[in-house]
Amino acid sequence: MSWVDVGPVTALPERGARCLKVGSLAIAVFRTSTGAVFALRDQCPHRGGPLSQGIVHGTRVTCPLHDWVIDLATGCATGADEGSTPTYSVRVEEGRVLLELPAEALAKAS
Amino acid sequence: MKRQLVLVGNGMAGMRAIEELLTLAPELYDITVFGSEPHGNYNRILLSPVLAAEKTVADIMLHTREWYAENGIALHAGDEVVRIDRARRRVIAKSGFEAPYDRVILATGSNPIVLPLPGKDLPGVVTYRDIADVERMIAASREGKRAVVIGGGLLGLEAAYGLQRRGMGVTVVHLSSTLMERQLDAAAGALLKRSLEERGLEFVMPAQTARILGDERVRGIELADGREVPADLVVMAVGIRPNVALAKASGIACERGVLVNDTMQTFDPRIYAVGECVQHRGACYGLVAPLFEQAKVVANHLAEFGIGRYLGSQTSTKLKVTGIDLFSAGDFTGGAGTEELVFKDAARGVYKKLVVEDNKIKGAVLYGDTVDGAWYFQLMRDGIEINDFRENVLFGQAHVGDSGTSGADAVTLLPETAEICGCNGVCKGDIVKAITKKNLFTLDEVRAHTKASSSCGSCTGLVEQLLANTLGGDYSEAPAKKPMCPCTIYTHEEVRAAIARERLKSIPAVMRFLEWKAPDGCHKCRPALNFYLLCAWPGEYEDDKQSRFINERAHGNIQRDGTYSVVPRIWGGVTSAKELRAIADVAEKYAVPTIKVTGGQRIDLLGVKKEDLPSVWRDLNAAGFVSGHAYGKALRTVKTCVGKEWCRFGTQDSTRLGIRMERVMWGSWHPHKVKLAVSGCPRNCAEATIKDLGVVCVDSGYELHVGGNGGIKVRATDFLCKVATEEEVIEHACAFLQLYREEARYLERTAPWIERVGLSHVRERIVDDAAGRKRLYARFLDAQKHSQTDPWAERAAGLHAEEFAPLEPNVEPEPVS
Repeated sequence: MSWVDVGPVTALPERGARCLKVGSLAIAVFRTSTGAVFALRDQCPHRGGPLSQGIVHGTRVTCPLHDWVIDLATGCATGADEGSTPTYSVRVEEGRVLLELPAEALAKAS
Repeated sequence: MKRQLVLVGNGMAGMRAIEELLTLAPELYDITVFGSEPHGNYNRILLSPVLAAEKTVADIMLHTREWYAENGIALHAGDEVVRIDRARRRVIAKSGFEAPYDRVILATGSNPIVLPLPGKDLPGVVTYRDIADVERMIAASREGKRAVVIGGGLLGLEAAYGLQRRGMGVTVVHLSSTLMERQLDAAAGALLKRSLEERGLEFVMPAQTARILGDERVRGIELADGREVPADLVVMAVGIRPNVALAKASGIACERGVLVNDTMQTFDPRIYAVGECVQHRGACYGLVAPLFEQAKVVANHLAEFGIGRYLGSQTSTKLKVTGIDLFSAGDFTGGAGTEELVFKDAARGVYKKLVVEDNKIKGAVLYGDTVDGAWYFQLMRDGIEINDFRENVLFGQAHVGDSGTSGADAVTLLPETAEICGCNGVCKGDIVKAITKKNLFTLDEVRAHTKASSSCGSCTGLVEQLLANTLGGDYSEAPAKKPMCPCTIYTHEEVRAAIARERLKSIPAVMRFLEWKAPDGCHKCRPALNFYLLCAWPGEYEDDKQSRFINERAHGNIQRDGTYSVVPRIWGGVTSAKELRAIADVAEKYAVPTIKVTGGQRIDLLGVKKEDLPSVWRDLNAAGFVSGHAYGKALRTVKTCVGKEWCRFGTQDSTRLGIRMERVMWGSWHPHKVKLAVSGCPRNCAEATIKDLGVVCVDSGYELHVGGNGGIKVRATDFLCKVATEEEVIEHACAFLQLYREEARYLERTAPWIERVGLSHVRERIVDDAAGRKRLYARFLDAQKHSQTDPWAERAAGLHAEEFAPLEPNVEPEPVS
């Protein structure tokens, strides 16, 4: 596992997300209204919708395809829906967003 | 230390209040629950299917003993509370156990009425209220052959049916000459009696029971006229009475029920009451929906939110006898000043009656075909005037400006495998199973668990009917006042009114003023609020991009694979060789996989990658195109036919008019998408009569038609008016759209909006009131000044570039620290 700098935290829209492509892997990096940052695989557990394109509310995101609501901290579907998407460790240091990625993903990307 | 909350009565109403409280304020109270029955909490509504051997007791448990333990709730099941010592603030149980309290919820329910007849205490005489009664009845059905049920109301008939299914011969003795006379009129009662007789039940009515016969145990009953009916089991099902004994003994004011105010507090404000034991504004309720509304209010108050008030409920009834469809609501007996609309087809076993007063439905009785029960109930609660569709109202919603097929089949006759929800492929069996296994009570719960009715909504009527049939007599629909979303208690109308009255000009301001429950709302309320603010303060309100659905943020339609579609505006559907060539060049340059001609006479480029969108738009802009808004809750297209310029039948220049209208209206945001059309003659090649607004040209002018829809439910437009000039067309059309966006709820198309507010209302505002129309037109034009900038050009020039570009990771991974 390695920590990767993916840019300044200000590059992430508040109550929004940006998508990050590492090889074939797409990761959604979210920023909530309170400034918390989360990262999930950019793939809804339902039909694979791009979560980075959803509406962010509290610490949740609503998938743009069929309105599944995914918890940003756990990657799990909420309400009566069942399923989850992988989460990635992420932290903010000196205004930079650092993301922990599996080494093999990085190897494939380079 | 946590405060102490004691619930007296371990039934559906009280436990619903506890559940609601646990979601609102899980840490506030230590909770103790007393119940007189030795069980967890079960679904009393489903006792009849247990009696009829269609379900088991285990099937109907809502909260098992384990549930209480897991939630840290002390359960005293089978230990009845005998006294509340209000001075010392202690609840005292029969066993002598005392529980101290800060707050109490009384949910003691009701008791079955026992007729004071000689012989009422004989073995073999039972009431019908709880699991113990059902067990007694099932045991009796094994030994005995004949049962008499006293009382031909809802409960009595369900008991009779259950016993008959258990193999007994059953006679129902009823005081009135009409079965279920509190829910049915004579005609529907007679139909019901006939079909129950066909199922093998016998009836003696009108008849009064004089005594119950027997020495060691019951052997029959004697009627007032001297006749005797033999029986091994007698069930008294003559009604229920609120159980107020404990409240009375504790010095709490009671009449028929325990008196409560709008926050469900009794005269002792530390003591709340909820459910069947309650009397609120003079009314007692025995149905689930009102009890659940009360439970919400109690929980809200206990959680110290202090904003919930209970304002009473209107109720409707369904009978839970397999294969019988019956619905009644409101005051169906009529009287002075009322009219009756009746439909009767005895051969098909269908009877419908609506009682109407001042053009509004006051009550309804449906037998044999109850598909429209929920609709009539809605019309009744919302006080909708029916004069606009009165000629068809008895035939049902499917016949009111709408030839959709929803609810065409009686749901009871459908097999388990019948597909109810075509969008999500959900069958009847799945829905029924979810309702019973997961203890669902409301449409929203069924939507969450099964997905049925959660996409296009056209099967909502059928799903409501399945809920009603499965839950039976106690089911009633969601409350009349429907909040915008779970983040608030306010309706769309209340929120919009507050925005205008309090001059709220941002989403946080609205949420603060109206005490939103979730700090930044949800995917349902945020886009709605954004639209309401945009509509209320044009030019002033700063659009909140993050509160828009992705399509409106990315100015393209997201596709199932995450790519987008691009639809350039082609004014009135008229294009040129040069434009087509430019589209072809863009398609080749960006390797667009699919090019499709749309229903609105546009060209759709499908499969464009998000990062390519700004350059695709730049190239299209360069060729003179602007955004077609095919992605927005906005004006989409004006479809036209070629009109009199070319067509030998054309009466007016429909293409020129269509282009003119589109030039005035493009860029306008609405509660939902808006599609227009202009046809050059009544042959109507532009299909103007299934559009939100359609113009049909005739020799003498222009006919305006509104509220059409070619989508989920096909709805032909209503004729609005006829005008003489193109200028008048544009004024009327813009005024109509302005009225729509000022009055419709977010995500409500023009068709359901017009059905809700009535065509007469729209006519009054647009046709009859010329000054009002001009004001609407002026407001529309004013708003347009601020909305006619091409979003594609802005983004091609670099606005919100971060929306379209992915993050770039620093390629050199840092070592793990």
